[in-house]
Amino acid sequence: MPEQPEQPVRDALTETLAHQVAEKLADVQGPYFGQFGGRYVPEALIAALDELETEFRKAQGDPAFAAELSRLHRDYTGRPSPVTEVPRFAAHIADADGDGTAPVRVFLKREDLNHTGSHKINNVLGQALLVKRMGKTRVIAETGAGQHGVATATAAALLGLECVVYMGEEDTRRQALNVARMELLGATVVPVSVGTRTLKDAINEALRDWVTNVDHTHYLLGTVTGPHPFPEMVREFHRIIGEEAREQVMERVGRLPDAVMACVGGGSNALGLFNAFLDDAEVSLYGFEAGGEGIESGRHAARFSGGAPGVLHGARSYLLQDDDGQTRPSHSVSAGLDYPSVGPAHSWLHDIGRATYEPVTDSEAMEAFRLLCRTEGIIPAIESAHALAGALRLGRRMVDEGRTDQVFLINLSGRGDKDVATAARWFGLLDEDTTEGDR
Amino acid sequence: MSGTVTTSRTAARLDELAAVGRPALVGYLPVGFPDVPRSIEAVSMMVDAGVDVVEVGVPYTDPVMDGPVIQRAAEAALAGGARVRDVLAVVEAVADRSGGKIPALVMSYYNPVLRYGVEAFARDLAAAGGAGMITPDLIPDEAQEWSAAADEHALDKVYLVAPSSTPDRLRLTAQASRGFVYAASTMGVTGAREAVGQRAEELVAHTRAAGARHVCVGLGVSTGAQAAEVGRFADGVIVGSALVRTLLTDDPWADRLDALGRVTGELAAGVARARTTGGDS
Ligand SMILES: Cc1ncc(COP(=O)(O)O)c(C=O)c1O
Repeated sequence: MPEQPEQPVRDALTETLAHQVAEKLADVQGPYFGQFGGRYVPEALIAALDELETEFRKAQGDPAFAAELSRLHRDYTGRPSPVTEVPRFAAHIADADGDGTAPVRVFLKREDLNHTGSHKINNVLGQALLVKRMGKTRVIAETGAGQHGVATATAAALLGLECVVYMGEEDTRRQALNVARMELLGATVVPVSVGTRTLKDAINEALRDWVTNVDHTHYLLGTVTGPHPFPEMVREFHRIIGEEAREQVMERVGRLPDAVMACVGGGSNALGLFNAFLDDAEVSLYGFEAGGEGIESGRHAARFSGGAPGVLHGARSYLLQDDDGQTRPSHSVSAGLDYPSVGPAHSWLHDIGRATYEPVTDSEAMEAFRLLCRTEGIIPAIESAHALAGALRLGRRMVDEGRTDQVFLINLSGRGDKDVATAARWFGLLDEDTTEGDR
Repeated sequence: MSGTVTTSRTAARLDELAAVGRPALVGYLPVGFPDVPRSIEAVSMMVDAGVDVVEVGVPYTDPVMDGPVIQRAAEAALAGGARVRDVLAVVEAVADRSGGKIPALVMSYYNPVLRYGVEAFARDLAAAGGAGMITPDLIPDEAQEWSAAADEHALDKVYLVAPSSTPDRLRLTAQASRGFVYAASTMGVTGAREAVGQRAEELVAHTRAAGARHVCVGLGVSTGAQAAEVGRFADGVIVGSALVRTLLTDDPWADRLDALGRVTGELAAGVARARTTGGDS
């Protein structure tokens, strides 16, 4: 091999490992992940964050909590989620027609089969149990596509909590069916009509509500972002994804996968899967961000390609911002990846070279979306389709480099039911009248 | 000398006012609303009408501590092209207008300052004659960089406490602050309220007991009567939304300025009678 792009990465990793002899990468605790993370929030919230951390640490050491959570995982969510090998999809890595045999074995971790349709339920159930322990009676949440809102409304119904979901006005229109789902589950959906009227502004409103009602309200944050302890806590509630998948792949192929990949919005499904492999230096980790209409267009949500470190919503992390530190709006065909910042642990993994982050454009994602539908009979969430597209790209790169016998593990973070209207419009399956109809 | 800053322009001003038997009126306006030149006119009006300390807000895309009034003004300021550096011009204008008598504090969320460069911002703020900065989303625990820069340039560091703050956090915050401690009167965001929280008086007492020499109260004060009530127990009364609101109408600019002057005057009269016998009655 004339050049070894892997080398610097390995060195950075070895150094980091040397600096953290006592600690595995998988077990790093907040508030900081390298220079990222922290608690950049109003003082009024600090007492609640402290209380949450205390309750979380107590629960971590309490077998009764673990037992209750695993009962819910098994009986309610339907865990463990299976791992499915997708050879007909993988065949398209070798050539676009998919005629040859697959040069790469591709496995999907099926979080789409969870109750409510995505990985989001793992975190929601964990936090909802903590809410009961703290004696709080009301939960609030932000949602973009509606997946986290639906999961939160679900857990609130299950545990008898009052639930209010903040959603950008723009998103309530784009995802009207998910608004109805949340309302059927007994939640109140509040459309947010300030700022960009999307996820970022829904989070602002949720934080304002929390500051005001914190004595009886828990903010059930939906991903590995926000002030400490959220990034660490949400990772812990999702680590089950990677723990299951690691065993399942070992069982199937008798060894670890070569590359593990996921889409990265806030980063919870990715971190949940990566976590089980962080300390296996031979496993490459890839996160795929929303490249939107392309980095050059400025219309994307690729924080690592088009952002810089800054502070938003309580944490220091990579961030889309202008020269004045004002948040730049993000763009993606997938509402779940349409967020200008990213979890601080990902910024850290990026900077130490442990994980690689690449943008995937709207059209690449939609092509991969259609491919999985047609080759495997699985309709993925458009978020997850970004990871599928990234895998196709990476597989082709490896074939070009002559690397064979590779094993890929991809997180299929959610199912595409919520995305049928968007996809139908994208592929021109709806006539103009129907398309106009959802104005 | 250890290089520790022991003086504070804002604290000195609060002491002067205390010596004549009254608390300070601290008035907030965002830079760049409706545009930079007119925001300078507005701040000058506030100075002429009787504020004792000026708080100049940096408009930010994600102001999580602000209610609808200040959000709307910030959004309009950003849409009008306001820049972070414009805050320096407003700070200078306050110094000019008041002959250096009125301290101007910048109120900014952290990211605009981080992006500007914390040390560069402190340097430029000091050079413009600014007194310091209030940081609504920066707690002392995360403020090593800002604190060092503020010490270097002899700027005030105003952190917030809230009714939810524990005794430990009150001590930490009192110790880290210079100028005054900003006591949030209620749990919530900025905006006018019918009644200022009863917890405000308790919080001020607890913050003093935790070691703070000066405590000003903000959130919810909008009338002269409320200013008089809060001024009874606080070193300063902070008013934002009630002032910004006067500028958010569709009236001609001159009328809006008049309204701003009137409300400022009413609030100034409120703090002036806060400690006279009989208080507000
Ligand atoms: C199916 C699915 N995948 C991924 C995401 C992105 O979130 P995260 O990066 O936290 O996994 C979302 C968010 O809504 C989602 O619904």
